[in-house]
Amino acid sequence: MGIPELKENWKNTINEVTIGATKEEGGTRCKTITLGGQSTLPFLSFEGDLPNKPVIAGYVADIVPDWPDVLKNAIGKEINDPIEWAQKNVEEFGVEAINMRFLGASEATKNRSPDECAKIVEGMLKTVDVPLILWGCGEEEKDNEVLPACSHAARGENCLIGSATETNYQTVVAICKADKHKIIAEAPVDINIGKQVNILLQDAGLDLKEVVMLQTTAALGYGFDYVYTILERARIAGLQGDKLMASPQLCDIGGEVWRVKEASVDEDILTGWGALEKRGPMWEAVCAGGYLQAGADLLIMAHPKAIKIIQSTINNLL
Amino acid sequence: MALTGMQIYKDLPRTNCKECGFPTCMAFAMQVAAGQKALTDCPEISSDAMSNLSEASAPPMKLVKIGTGDTAFELGQETVLFRHDEKFHRPCGLAIRIPASLSDDEASSKIEAVNALNFQRVGATLEPKLCAVEIEGSFDAAARAKLVAEKSNKAIILMGSDAAKMEAAAEAIKDKAPLLYSADASNIDAFAKIAASTKVPLAVTGANLEELAELIEKAKKAGAENLLLGFKNDKIGDSVRMLTRVRRAALKHKFRPLGYPTILDIQASDVEEETVMSAISAAKYAGIVIIDSIEPWSMLPILTIVQDVFTDPQVPNTVEAKLYEINDPDKNSPVMFTSNFSLTYFSVAGEVERSKVPTYICVVDTEGLGVLNAWAGDKITAEKIVATMKDQGVADKVDHRKLIIPGLLPMFRAEIEDISEWKEVIIGPETAKEIPVFLTSL
Repeated sequence: MGIPELKENWKNTINEVTIGATKEEGGTRCKTITLGGQSTLPFLSFEGDLPNKPVIAGYVADIVPDWPDVLKNAIGKEINDPIEWAQKNVEEFGVEAINMRFLGASEATKNRSPDECAKIVEGMLKTVDVPLILWGCGEEEKDNEVLPACSHAARGENCLIGSATETNYQTVVAICKADKHKIIAEAPVDINIGKQVNILLQDAGLDLKEVVMLQTTAALGYGFDYVYTILERARIAGLQGDKLMASPQLCDIGGEVWRVKEASVDEDILTGWGALEKRGPMWEAVCAGGYLQAGADLLIMAHPKAIKIIQSTINNLL
Repeated sequence: MALTGMQIYKDLPRTNCKECGFPTCMAFAMQVAAGQKALTDCPEISSDAMSNLSEASAPPMKLVKIGTGDTAFELGQETVLFRHDEKFHRPCGLAIRIPASLSDDEASSKIEAVNALNFQRVGATLEPKLCAVEIEGSFDAAARAKLVAEKSNKAIILMGSDAAKMEAAAEAIKDKAPLLYSADASNIDAFAKIAASTKVPLAVTGANLEELAELIEKAKKAGAENLLLGFKNDKIGDSVRMLTRVRRAALKHKFRPLGYPTILDIQASDVEEETVMSAISAAKYAGIVIIDSIEPWSMLPILTIVQDVFTDPQVPNTVEAKLYEINDPDKNSPVMFTSNFSLTYFSVAGEVERSKVPTYICVVDTEGLGVLNAWAGDKITAEKIVATMKDQGVADKVDHRKLIIPGLLPMFRAEIEDISEWKEVIIGPETAKEIPVFLTSL
């Protein structure tokens, strides 16, 4: 029996954004990653091109995050040193990029100076050969010092810098332009603000082909539905021709998931919910697998087991 | 699904005989589309056109019911491809496989384990809804079906390809309205006959969508009405693509032979893979997934993604703004407030319960926003908090005047102390999971 033609024609393709620069390109990376480029919804290869597969970046921070032991133990003693942690991510966990957060720059933690942060970036660039995603500590005032220092230390490496928001975008645009990096446009689970940040970036003279969009990621079971739908709506808008929504999308899974009780409290308290050692990485993997369906192109992940499961899931999705 | 005037016009005699009272068939068709006239007002309409049009006005995806009474599971009648276009109506069901290789005792204990599996999460009970029993191998098919029917409190799926065995099993428990899974090209006639005579639902599989559509038509002709489209893939990408195409065929193209809900038999190499495959399939268009594992660490994330994706995006998730009494509080128990966003409330209430400390939680109407968003959007103010506390008579419930406020809203401390009788405002933790330690060390 004949069936209807079930392909759809999308007008636009998602922007291709490359992160990392090789020697020839003015950096020192051996590998670069390219996000986006799709001309259809996630994994619908029967009707469009999927030139680049989703990428996993390993979560690294300059201090040990407030994480449950099951995660810290799975990463190992290297978690105490950001460079060793990054190296283990690349060499053992097989991630294709490193997501570096300077949590220690916060006054509430180590109040690490911008110079110290920059030194860590330099050390990391020497030790790992994959592209870097660089963040401050999340406090705007301090980040206005930390990000320029880190950006400068990695100039020419075509890093991805996080993040430009409605209020701080001018600083972040300036350093990305000066040091030749790509930029993360962040919005607080609001598709309209997401678009607004992209407009601001464009008005500040940035080409939107330099942008990766981030909607503050929600953990599975804690607002996942909101973020899932925003990612999906943004992706559909981008494919339908809205150039302001045609950026690749980022999800910080590892940074969010391990805060919720399902991923951090063991069965001695959550009776009947199964061993945390198994449940925690599953929570991270299912959250990542879900966001991939909505249009996530770059996943920041933390637990080696969750990373492994999603690496194989991505291959099986293609 | 409303038909357009043009769609109706195509099936009219197009003779412009005017006997209906309108000058042209087109004018009449417009009236029918608007619901002003009935098709029967056309004296010349053919019976084919009648059945065509009445079928066309049926929902594009059929509603199918498996099981009876309290354990019945309904799926189908979905209306959209994306949840933001309206909502997804019927949460994907988890079916747990009872393999043929299990002895009666082993099967019984797995069925009992499935019966006992349930999770209380953010005010809802999450549980698998179906039991999928394999009817293969050497045992007595009818006896195995009866064993499951007797022990299980779930809707039942009979899984097998041997028509004689499946007939025996279906006959034995037809009052339970089990789903037959699944017919294919080799046995469609026999399976359709069983489904028609026992009136149980039937899942059909095909080598491709073209064959599947043909087999569905065959089953329909044989009198089987409650049909499901069955799929079995070991590659999750193939499932996503196949289920997406089927959903489009049904909803965008109104293609009747594929206008049925779907069931996916997950073929994974380990529990971790099975978990992620199930979660992805639930988000992308599977009506039921059949899995092996009953590990709670696998089931809970799958059930949670189903809960999330099938939440109605048009309805703000709120709880009633009032005073909630947790763990039986008394005159000396602590008092805290939070927002009426249900995720916030259930996280806070769940942690307070876990702490075992008797506590009052006063929920303030923040129009469904979490505390920080509510503050940013001016939906929560010190006045509003104080007014809610007053309305709920909180001061009469306790002898003290200490109020715990969310750690994310420390700026309210001074103002609340200034404008209310709550003279000792304590800044609580920023996240819910810190609540037990906080409360027990008060």
